[in-house]
Amino acid sequence: MKAAVKKELPGKIFIGAMLVILYLPILVLAFYSFTTSANIGSVHGFSMDNYVNLFSNEELRSMIFGTVLLAFGSSLLAAALGTLGAIGAFYSRKAARGVIGGLNEVPVINADVVTGFSVCIMLVVVLGIDKNTFVPLVIGHVVLSAPFVYLSVTPKLKQMDSSLYEAAMDLGATPRQALTKVVLPQIQPGIVSGFALAVTLSLDDYFIASYTKPATFDTISTYVVNATKGSQTEIKTALWALSTLIFLIVVLAVVLMNLRGGKEEADFED
Amino acid sequence: MDQNARSEHFLEIKSLCRTFEDGFMAVDNFSLTIKQGEFVTFLGPSGCGKTTTLRMLAGFDMPSSGEILLNGKDITKLPPNERPINTVFQRYALFPHLNIFDNIAFGLKLKKLPRAEIVRKVKKALEMVDLEGFESRTVQTLSGGQQQRIAIARAIVNEPQILLLDEPLGALDLKMRKEMQLELKSMHDKLGITFIYVTHDQEEALTMSDKIVVMSEGKIQQVGEPEDIYNEPKNAFVADFIGDSNIFNGIMTGKYKVRFCGAEFTCVDDVENGTMVEAVLRPEDIEITPPDEGIIQGEVSSVVFKGVHYEITVLSGKNELVIQSTRKAQVGSRVGLSVDPEGIHIMIAESMLNKFEVGVKNGFRLDFLDGVPDFDITSLLPGSRMDGGTLLDAHGDEVAPETLRVIVTIKPEDITMSDDEEAGMVKGHIVNMIYKGDHYRYIVRSDDDEDFIVRDEDLWNMNDYVSLVIPRDSLQFALKK
Amino acid sequence: MGVFRFSRKQLGIPYAVFLICFVAAPLLVIIYYAFTNGEGRFTLGNMTGFFTSPYTIGTLAYSFAIAVVTTCVCLLLAYPIAYILARSRWKSKSVVIVMFVMPMWINFTLRITALKELLTMIEGNLAFHPFLNTIIGMTYDFLPFMILPMYTTLLKLDQSLLEAAADLGANPFQIFLKVTLPLSVPGIISGVVMVFLPSMTNYVVLDMLYNSTYIMGSLIGSYFSAYDWHNGSMIALILLFIILVFTLVTDRYADEDTGNRGGALL
Repeated sequence: MKAAVKKELPGKIFIGAMLVILYLPILVLAFYSFTTSANIGSVHGFSMDNYVNLFSNEELRSMIFGTVLLAFGSSLLAAALGTLGAIGAFYSRKAARGVIGGLNEVPVINADVVTGFSVCIMLVVVLGIDKNTFVPLVIGHVVLSAPFVYLSVTPKLKQMDSSLYEAAMDLGATPRQALTKVVLPQIQPGIVSGFALAVTLSLDDYFIASYTKPATFDTISTYVVNATKGSQTEIKTALWALSTLIFLIVVLAVVLMNLRGGKEEADFED
Repeated sequence: MDQNARSEHFLEIKSLCRTFEDGFMAVDNFSLTIKQGEFVTFLGPSGCGKTTTLRMLAGFDMPSSGEILLNGKDITKLPPNERPINTVFQRYALFPHLNIFDNIAFGLKLKKLPRAEIVRKVKKALEMVDLEGFESRTVQTLSGGQQQRIAIARAIVNEPQILLLDEPLGALDLKMRKEMQLELKSMHDKLGITFIYVTHDQEEALTMSDKIVVMSEGKIQQVGEPEDIYNEPKNAFVADFIGDSNIFNGIMTGKYKVRFCGAEFTCVDDVENGTMVEAVLRPEDIEITPPDEGIIQGEVSSVVFKGVHYEITVLSGKNELVIQSTRKAQVGSRVGLSVDPEGIHIMIAESMLNKFEVGVKNGFRLDFLDGVPDFDITSLLPGSRMDGGTLLDAHGDEVAPETLRVIVTIKPEDITMSDDEEAGMVKGHIVNMIYKGDHYRYIVRSDDDEDFIVRDEDLWNMNDYVSLVIPRDSLQFALKK
Repeated sequence: MGVFRFSRKQLGIPYAVFLICFVAAPLLVIIYYAFTNGEGRFTLGNMTGFFTSPYTIGTLAYSFAIAVVTTCVCLLLAYPIAYILARSRWKSKSVVIVMFVMPMWINFTLRITALKELLTMIEGNLAFHPFLNTIIGMTYDFLPFMILPMYTTLLKLDQSLLEAAADLGANPFQIFLKVTLPLSVPGIISGVVMVFLPSMTNYVVLDMLYNSTYIMGSLIGSYFSAYDWHNGSMIALILLFIILVFTLVTDRYADEDTGNRGGALL
């Protein structure tokens, strides 16, 4: 036993070092977000100014709100389209399923720059849709995330016992009732994780937004990139606060998810 | 229609056929009439079309042709939710996201019954399957046997006119299965509704059914009560599939006299003298006697203890007989064997010859096995002759090749099987095999979908891919009139 | 089949139409623009222009250099992490893997901002090491994408195979070389796919770390800003071609479960 522990030690040190490197920038930034310092390295006094700025600056507030609204709105659309697409394709003939599945792969493997550029050319240049209508932006984000909903729902459909649908019909359900009362509840975990993935993809996106967004609108990504180029110290340090907040939210979400997952596991073992 | 006639023709299935998209004919001309309240079992090996037939009755699958009448009303094209028929699925198909109450109440809620009535009916259904108080349990906490009962409760709570059961006991262990067989039977008696049961287990079918439908390769082989099916199998397939059987080729040698295994036996079937027959002997009907008292003699080649009885194999000449006896025998000892006349069941032999009707191609080559070498069409048409490239008949008139049909006959014993794919000109899979005492009779389905009957003394396996060596000399030709 | 199946198939129609309109059609438009000029006439000029200009060819080469180095660095760091975690018997290894993945959920521009601030403190002026900083930035951004598929593949590795190899006389190093490594190829391929292509195109990392050299992605951005759809489309098409070749080559080895970004993220 002791030998095994000794053997694992270098591994543990390596893993630990990598985690430190991975989190060091975020944690250092988090530390300085609570100071008045504008540059990392020079310590000034403790301050919540950056957090106050983050919520009092109208521009920052609407940018955050807009990003979140876009993420949830486009993800709802993506979840609906992707789920229906997955169900439809699953019960279609092989050829139709192949076409949908193949096209679905395109945005998944394509570089985001190319996806954003091509959607913009199609909608704005060819069809002449005004970027200010937000239509190109929303469609762009749905193109980005719906394929992932499709990919997370399809395995659930495959895992589902195919006779469940027949059993529902056998007990008197119409096709629509069989779908809503049996199939949807069965694939619900896939829809939920697909939706969550769509939200994170939309929140993380820079390229699609930068090609399709209205000039006066910014997502967190486009805003941060612009701010890097600018020289407004106040905005720069307020973004440190934003980064720290998002980090805390992610940590909280992961901890809650693990607690819930752990509890379910414990319930199951009873 | 009066009540009696209605219940006699409760469910009528007329010439039902189902051909799948890939051309496979799963169900071939299935016709059956079922009485109200009957317990009917579709019995057959996997792939025989029994489940497809059941799915068409439930409405999950649409027949390619034929019709289904329930109480005289055509329900062939009715979707499953509009049929007064419920199904117990093979793997239960309980809804994992609903608890037991909601599973059973699923159909009742769709019918929008009042809540109190739903609660009452669910309770009654749970009592019926001996699972009182299980309402709030989840599906995952139930054992296989319990899930099975819930699946039955969920179906019968809707008070269907017909209950379909698709191998419902297949996933249970032996002991549980025996228990459920009896319970299902008593449930059938209590409910009084028609049960249609699908299984590949002949013992299950014999135990439970009022009527058994034996199926093979999409076709009905025999319909009858369990005793009839067991005692009077109509053909070698049924005899082989139902219970263990010894089947021998034989010939009728007089009134109530049949000769097989090198001896003459007395039987109770009156079949014309000289008819080629197959004799079926159930293992329990063969009696072991001292050597000189038996009709035939043989040497015990193996004895296996099976609990209630011994399974004894006796070699008599080239024939092997399996016998079930409560008394042990000594391996290597000589014994006599005798059978009561009632223990011998005679079936008139199915065609034991391979017969193929083939067309004639240009140049008067046979459209068979990539052409037959040295085939002379003039030998089949008396007085005919070849003149250049044309065939002239006895009157000197020209005969076009496409008007001719030739019957090619091959004896099963002339064909030899080889596992060297290049050895013969026909390749195919073994789709059927029956042991005939001293040899096996195989049916080999060629890649062109022709069935060849082959007699071979060696044991091959089902689905083996074999090549058939057919000597040119063994082919016999006749012109179809 | 039966009448009642019909309605289920129909559910796929909206998504199929969506894919055709916003995935397939834009690709066709890109191809059209790539081979036409401002007057709408067919031309190969955009393509020959790309392949004859030392500047654009240099960009392509620089992109490849960044992608290859980033992929190698990620591979060298991620494989030991995935290997140690997958083979360890630590109770908390699922927590550790989540910790490696967690940064993916923070907006990447904010993460690069944090990295930039730290690098600035260490280096003083980022402009002195543009290539190095870019590699650090890309690695920092994409490392989790490399760890996850390799971890999944290694975790699924049947323990009895390793025992069988040992039983047949292989020493630990031989076991790794002859069993573990070959069997982890699908995970490695998935990771490579997920790191290589983005690091050829993600020009935001360069922008934010003050590397003014262009990569392929930046070219699209600059043509876009200049309203030059034709040359922009040609770059997009060249990238699509590279992606297509890359996908065809790697598809054979990829693992079904981890064969794409979705597999790693789900």
